[in-house]
Formats: sequence, structure tokens, C-alpha cells
Amino acid sequence: MATNTAAGGASNLLRFWPWVVIPLLALILPQIFDSRHGITLLSHMGIAIIFALSYNMLLGNTGLLSFGHAVYYGLGAYVAMHVLRMVNDAGGEGLPLELIPVVGAAAGLFFGVIFGSFSVRRAGVVFAMITLGLGALVHSSSLMFSDFFGGEAGLFGNRVAAPSLFGVDYGSNTNTYYLVVAWALIAAIFIYLLRKTPLGWMANAVRDNPERAQFVGYNPTIVRFIQFALAAMFAGLAGGLFVITDEIVNDESVGQIQSGIVLLGTYIGGIGYFIGPMVGAALVTVLESSLSSYTEAWVLYFGLLFISIVMFAPMGLVGIVHTQYLTWKAGGWKGNTGIRLYMLLAGLVGIFGAICVIELSYHYFRSWDPSAPFGLMGFTVNATTALPWLVSFGIAIIGFGLMLFHGKPMLARRISATSEGGNA
Amino acid sequence: MTKRNALELKAVKKNFGRAEIIRGVNLDVHEHERHVIIGPNGAGKSTLFNLISGRLKVSDGSIKLFDKNIHNMPAHKVNRMGLSRSFQVTNLFQNMTVMQNLRCSLLWSEGHKYAFWKSVMKQDRVTEHALALAEELNLSSQADTPASLLTYAEQRALEVGCTVASGAEVILLDEPTAGMSRTEANDAIQLIQRMTGKNTLVVVEHDLSVVFELADRISVLVYGEIIATGTPDEIRNNAAVQEAYLGTEVH
Repeated sequence: MATNTAAGGASNLLRFWPWVVIPLLALILPQIFDSRHGITLLSHMGIAIIFALSYNMLLGNTGLLSFGHAVYYGLGAYVAMHVLRMVNDAGGEGLPLELIPVVGAAAGLFFGVIFGSFSVRRAGVVFAMITLGLGALVHSSSLMFSDFFGGEAGLFGNRVAAPSLFGVDYGSNTNTYYLVVAWALIAAIFIYLLRKTPLGWMANAVRDNPERAQFVGYNPTIVRFIQFALAAMFAGLAGGLFVITDEIVNDESVGQIQSGIVLLGTYIGGIGYFIGPMVGAALVTVLESSLSSYTEAWVLYFGLLFISIVMFAPMGLVGIVHTQYLTWKAGGWKGNTGIRLYMLLAGLVGIFGAICVIELSYHYFRSWDPSAPFGLMGFTVNATTALPWLVSFGIAIIGFGLMLFHGKPMLARRISATSEGGNA
Repeated sequence: MTKRNALELKAVKKNFGRAEIIRGVNLDVHEHERHVIIGPNGAGKSTLFNLISGRLKVSDGSIKLFDKNIHNMPAHKVNRMGLSRSFQVTNLFQNMTVMQNLRCSLLWSEGHKYAFWKSVMKQDRVTEHALALAEELNLSSQADTPASLLTYAEQRALEVGCTVASGAEVILLDEPTAGMSRTEANDAIQLIQRMTGKNTLVVVEHDLSVVFELADRISVLVYGEIIATGTPDEIRNNAAVQEAYLGTEVH
């Protein structure tokens, strides 16, 4: 019973602080990262957050694993782009820029209704395979029908040559960013509220037990269908915003990579929490754009992160924090905080070592001249000599070794000792 | 005294490939009666339930619920026409709490359908109804406990509650006391009698003491056929039943 109240209190906390903290962050961050690149990155984060939240309406809430969610993101973006171009061609007369994302949302909803009508009949593998097929289909169509999709070059628009509802000048990246924030907030509120409706509840019910849902009167297919169409609508909204920030859309936005990234981001953040997809999407966006400028191996790190989350923390990053928070609140850190921090530190050392090994390998196998000196963590090393390898492997082994074979048993002993002490 | 039939099965057959499991069942269940179906293992009791509740399609014959054909309808439509069921294996929304389970079971019958513009927690009638059900099920103190953490008997009780909550007039219970101790089974039977006072009840049961306590009428299913239907006394004294079932199962 004690754990129940703890869970209740914590979930209350988890429920409300994000609504204060995240908008505040969204307002503060552009003051800190005020470069052109920084603002663009933040805009992309906002878009990725809407997209991931919409994806989690399927994966987390309804138990539908989609491999083709970018279809609705991308088609929303293309349709929004066409409308933006129409506005451009009309000399900046017509739909205000602020409402262009609504066009994307409508397009997402439209295609969600069409494709959803036959793909949600079954959940599980059947659904996953259909979405994969649809993703491939739409992506290849985007290269075939160049009248609508603009071929490989894609389509361009101009956000400045469009009217604004409030007379805002969207020539400024920052103003565009605030438009993204406003839409992200609106989308997040709606997606959050949707979870509290009969549809949202029954989506969870259908995820847990479609058969029982039938015997309380609900058709699981209809529940999945409505949920799917609404998720597609929010994906389209994200696509429409992308058109505004980047003023270009090409086949990548409907592609499988885009579908994969939203899946990874949502899962890494944690599908069981409302803020999970937000955290995941923000992280993935940063990794994608920043890590790639530091290292060629960023895709590998990305994959390793995903695999370790799937294997060791299926509740995602937010899940890890939440679990630790619950333990701490229940007094589970008492007398062993030091050991926990020691394990964390050892783990970080291990990861540092592993990164060194990966960087060395990348340089050794990918470089024209493996013996050319290259910079590794501030040292200039030669990858054809043994020393950097030995040191890197050594750090990795010592770090992980200490965490798993010293810290972990010590923590287990300490916990069992305290719980026995508590019983005595 | 003429009674309306709640359920009417006519020459219902079901075969899986060449194996005939249900071989022409005729069965009338009167409104408001407690009808228990007994039979040895493999007689097809669960299959019969699956046919009635729309989980399986019949191969031949007809099933009527209050004079309307329901065979081969999907389960959710059968449910909306007034029939609900529980399962042999506990079948709840495991990740949800007791109250959440009850609320989900009430949503459709309270007319909320697939609404995505109103909050579940603000539907006072659903809340009242769910609280009353929790009280009746003796689960009030566990209202916020996830279903998966309840004891087995509590889970079965909750399942009966959810089955009743869906507003069905006809309720099928598949072995509601399976795997329970004597006292638990007695409690469960009392709970079922209390919760389903107004409903028509069809129960599959193994435990014969439960059967004779609960039943208004009993049907005996052997190898896919009903060999006898009658009051508990009639069944006790039926020679064919004794030979086919009671004689072999009860020593």
C-alpha cells in the first residue's frame, strides 16, 4: 500500500510539473542558444516533440507499433507546402502563415482516415507490416510523381511571402521558433486531454485486452481507427510546421528513416510517460544534428543507445529517472546513495572507454591513412600503435567491471542488510 | 406461467475441420433464470459459450437472444444487444486499477461510445455507478489497486463486476469458482447471486455442490449434445445423466 501512495504522489508530480517547466525552458533556451543554428535546432525539437507525441498515441496508448508514421508527417508537409506556394504565387494573399500547419493537420487526418481504414483491423505484427508496406509505397510514390512531390529536389516555399494573422515578421528565425512553440503547446495540450476521454481510456483498454474491450461493448478496430486518424492528424500538423521552419520539403520527410527516428525517439524517452516522447524526441534531434558534427560514428552511438534502452530500461530514460525517484522517495537510497553514485560514475567511465574504442576503430577502419595522427579526447594519438587501444579498452573494462562486479553486489548486500535490519 | 426465452439455441453445430465439437445443441434459457451447464471435460462447454458470445462462428444452426439472431455477430455487437460474459482464465485490463476497470466497463452502457471531447473523470454517473459496484464487490478499499495485484478471488469478483457493469441482461459465467478454495467459492457464489439478481444467468461449472446450490435449471452437455435439461432434482434422478456424468465423476 505504501508503494501505491508513493506511485500516486509521484505520478501527480510527473503530471503537472512538465506543464510549467517545459514551456519555461522553451522560452529560456533561445536566449542561451541564440545562434541561427541554435534556433533552427530548437524549432526542429519542437516539431519532433509534436511528431513523437502523436506517435506515442499509437505505440504507448493504443499498443500499435507503426513503422510508417512519417507518411502522415510527410504528406501533411507536402500539402501544406502546396498551399504555402499558392499563397506565394498569389503575391502573399490568402491563408495566414500561422494557419498553414492546420492544412498539414487536415491532410494528415485525411490520409490517416484512408490508410487507417484498412491497416488497423489487426494490431501487432499485421499492423506493423502494413505500415511498413505503406511507408515504402508512399516513399517510392514521392519519387515517381514529381508533379506533386517535386521529385528528388523537393518543393520550396517562402514563409515571408505569406500574410500573418498578428502582423509578425517571420523573416526572423526566432519568431518562427515561437510559432512552433505555440503550436507544440496546443498540440501537447490536446494530446494530453485526449488521454482522459472515453476514447483515450478505451485505447488503453484495447491495448491491454482487446477481447475484454469487446465484451464491454467496444469494437477494438474502431477504437484503433479513431486513435490512428487523430495521431495522423497531429503528425500532419508537425509536417506543416516543418514546411514553415525549413521552407523545403522532399522525399526524406515521408521516408522510412523519418519513421524510424520517431520510433526510436519515442521509445528512448519512454512510451509509458506523457513526457517520455518529448524528452526522447528532443534528445534525438540534438544527437542527430550535434553529434554528427563531432563524430562520424554518431549513427552507431544512436543505435547503441537504442539497444541499451530496449535491453536494460524498456521504460525509457524518463522511466529510469522515475524509478530512481520512487526508490528515493520510499527511502531506498538511505545509506546507499554513495554506492549508487559510485555505480553511476563507474558506468560513465566505462562508457567513456567504450567511446574511445569506437572512435579508434572508426579511424582505423574508415580513414585513408590509419596511421595519421588524430585527436581523441584531447590527445593526439596514432591508431596503428597499441597504446591508445590498450588504454581505451582498459578504461572501458575497469569502468564497467567496477560497476557490475563491485558496485552492484555491494548495493545488493547493503540493501539486503538494511531490509533485514528493518525486520529485526 | 409463460416465460420469455432469453436465449434460444436451435440445432447449433460447430466443427473445427472434421472434428465436430458441438453436435446439434438445442437449449432454451428462460428470462431471469439461473441456468447451469455441466458436463465432463471436453464436452464442449467452453466452445458453446464462445459460440453464444460471438467469439466463434457457428457452423450450422441458430442462436437467438430475446428473439433476435445473434449467431455470427462480432462479440461487441452481441454485447450491445444485452449479453456479456466472463472467462475461465481471468480476463481483466491488468494494468488498470479496480476503478479504471469498472469505469471502462461502464462507458459504453452509459452511452459514451468513442467520444473524444469529454473527460471520463467528469462523468458523474459513471463514477457513482463504479463506486457502487466497487462497494458491492467488497473492493472499495482496493479501488486504486492495479487489477494485476489483486488476489485471485478478488480478480474473479472484479471480473463478475465488469461483466455485470456492461449493462447486459444475459450473463455467461465460465467456471466462476475454478481454482478457489471451499470458502472462496462460497463467497463467490454469494457474490454472483447478489450481483446478478435481476439478470438471466448461464453458468458453466464443474463443482457440483456449487451447481446444485446456484441452479434453477441444469443442462447436461456430453460430447457436444445436451442429454438432459431440468431442475436440480430431475437431473439428480436422471438415469442417463448418472451414467454419463455423475456416475463417472462423483465417486
